[in-house]
Amino acid sequence: MTSLFDYLLGLGDDALVAAQRTAEWCARAPQLEEEVALANVALDQLGQARAFLGYAGELEGAGRDEDALAFLRDEAGFRNAQLVELPNGDFGTTVAKTLFLAAYQKLLFSRLARTAEPRLAGIAAKAAKESAFHVSYASAWTIRLGDGTPLSHRRMRDAVEEVWPYTHELFEPWTAPEAGLDPATLREPWLRVVEKVLGEATLSRPQDGWAATGGRHGRHTEWLGPLLAEMQSVHRAHAGARW
Amino acid sequence: MGISAFDALIAADQKIEQKDWMPDGYRASLIRQIAQHAHSEIMGMQPEAAWISRAPSLARKAVLIAKVQDEAGHGLYLYAVAETLGARREDLLDALHEGRQKYLSFINYPTLTWADVGALAWLTDGAAVVNQVSLCRTSFGPYARALVRICREESFHHRQGFDLLHTLSRGTPEQRQSLQEAVDRWWQPALAMFGPPDSKSTHSAASMAWRIKRASNDELRQRFVDLCVPQAKALGVRLPDPALRWNAERGHHDFTPPDYDELMRVVAGHGPRNRQRLAHRRRAHEEGAWVREAAAAHAAKHAAAPGTAAQHASAQEDAAEWPLWEVFVRPRRGVSHVHAGSLQAPDATVAMHSARDLYTRREEGVSLWVVPSRSMAASDPEHKDAYFEPAAGKPYRHASFYPPPEGVEGL
Repeated sequence: MTSLFDYLLGLGDDALVAAQRTAEWCARAPQLEEEVALANVALDQLGQARAFLGYAGELEGAGRDEDALAFLRDEAGFRNAQLVELPNGDFGTTVAKTLFLAAYQKLLFSRLARTAEPRLAGIAAKAAKESAFHVSYASAWTIRLGDGTPLSHRRMRDAVEEVWPYTHELFEPWTAPEAGLDPATLREPWLRVVEKVLGEATLSRPQDGWAATGGRHGRHTEWLGPLLAEMQSVHRAHAGARW
Repeated sequence: MGISAFDALIAADQKIEQKDWMPDGYRASLIRQIAQHAHSEIMGMQPEAAWISRAPSLARKAVLIAKVQDEAGHGLYLYAVAETLGARREDLLDALHEGRQKYLSFINYPTLTWADVGALAWLTDGAAVVNQVSLCRTSFGPYARALVRICREESFHHRQGFDLLHTLSRGTPEQRQSLQEAVDRWWQPALAMFGPPDSKSTHSAASMAWRIKRASNDELRQRFVDLCVPQAKALGVRLPDPALRWNAERGHHDFTPPDYDELMRVVAGHGPRNRQRLAHRRRAHEEGAWVREAAAAHAAKHAAAPGTAAQHASAQEDAAEWPLWEVFVRPRRGVSHVHAGSLQAPDATVAMHSARDLYTRREEGVSLWVVPSRSMAASDPEHKDAYFEPAAGKPYRHASFYPPPEGVEGL
């Protein structure tokens, strides 16, 4: 069991790091229509991050706002699952990451929207709708790439294989008293969503093997450091400045 | 319809529409200008996208993503306008990638600091707004409508740039210094956006006569300078031109015109970032090819509805090319769907996703229709008289034809 503050950091950091990665696609998407689509996903994720981190800062009451939490914590202070740290890779890898994350978030936020903690429930209710669209978007692309050309089938299969080990962490025991939710209970409904999409994409569900873990406790992949160093560079170079 | 009808429409300040007869030169001028405009939108994403990852606050990061996204959207609106003139997006992109068509020269300059993100938006988007507000009255209907939408959306680009700089102007000495340096860097490229002086502009005269352009390069440049001077004062920055001063006789500011030799060099490909910008754009396009091909192949396998990529592909050499769809948006409950624009998609599902992202991202709608463009039938402008004139002269179809007698109510 973790504190609500830490829990909000985890939800916010998932969204923040995911937004940072998704936004890396700006000006390099495979088609102009996808520029607009990926930017929308990034903006939703960033909006979720700001809502969760802003609330975390207020709850802490130590004068840290969303920016202090985003820009002035080091790697070990981040509580996101490792899944969102993975590099974007090709478009298929990004689609796989987005599908797995959004399917989890949709289930999680839908449940959190019904908790008795009103502020958390309010943020989650809005975020659940956004995640539902991300699931729809990423599902459509998983299916088109998986059941497209032989090349795209191979790339989408490789992407799913590569990202799969990072999905287990999403369902590890990690919750706050106010959330009252065992993530393990989300795995079955998550698998039903994901397996249906993979099936339509003519892909099989990867074997469960090595599983990433530790993100919720501040242990991360070697990819998070460079991501944060870049994200925080301007903010940290001007201590105390307003932007 | 022929040249006389066309000239009459232009003279009466009426719009020319998609299927109307138009002189070849008019069509070619429009395609050239719209393509350059569209290319500038999508190439212009790069100097700003480079700073999304480092934006120093989450609020500024969101604004910057939304702005760069709009530029992709504006590129899309404009490529769709070119399609109405028979110019395919793929051909225009090829022309961009091969250097046969140009984009605005300011994009070939680097964004060196966070302040450049603000200066670029304040000055070059400010220049673009001056230019585009004038172009909203252009004689080609689809272009005019796209520009109205673009201007509405772009006013936020200009405003947020000023807001970013205004925050820096009240900040630390380092922030204020970076603000001045960025303005020093972007003033000239912004002035050059209005193109060569009227005396040297190769396309201007014909475009003005056809009312494609509604104001000359030099007029617009003057308007821009006059707008910038008080804004610079509010920012506490010096515009880098020793000759800049108010001329009471002209009622305008005198200023040093931009260096046209430099403008011509940069347009010709010899600016600081031309090579990298174009290479970046080509790489994104090439690396996306497998995705576009996959979606087209998927649509071909599952072709059932008309308008899918499969049916389209039979008429196209390039199997990876996605067909065009028309998008209709219901703005709110209780009113009809209205045509919003078009987009490319391999199938209806992707078309629906893209329509949602492209045409309703500012809360413009509560319901969407997407229809394959090739499934639309349109009345022929040649039949305009035979179709629509006979409806005139039949006043007995309207209630006003039957004045009720005095004192009779409820009719």
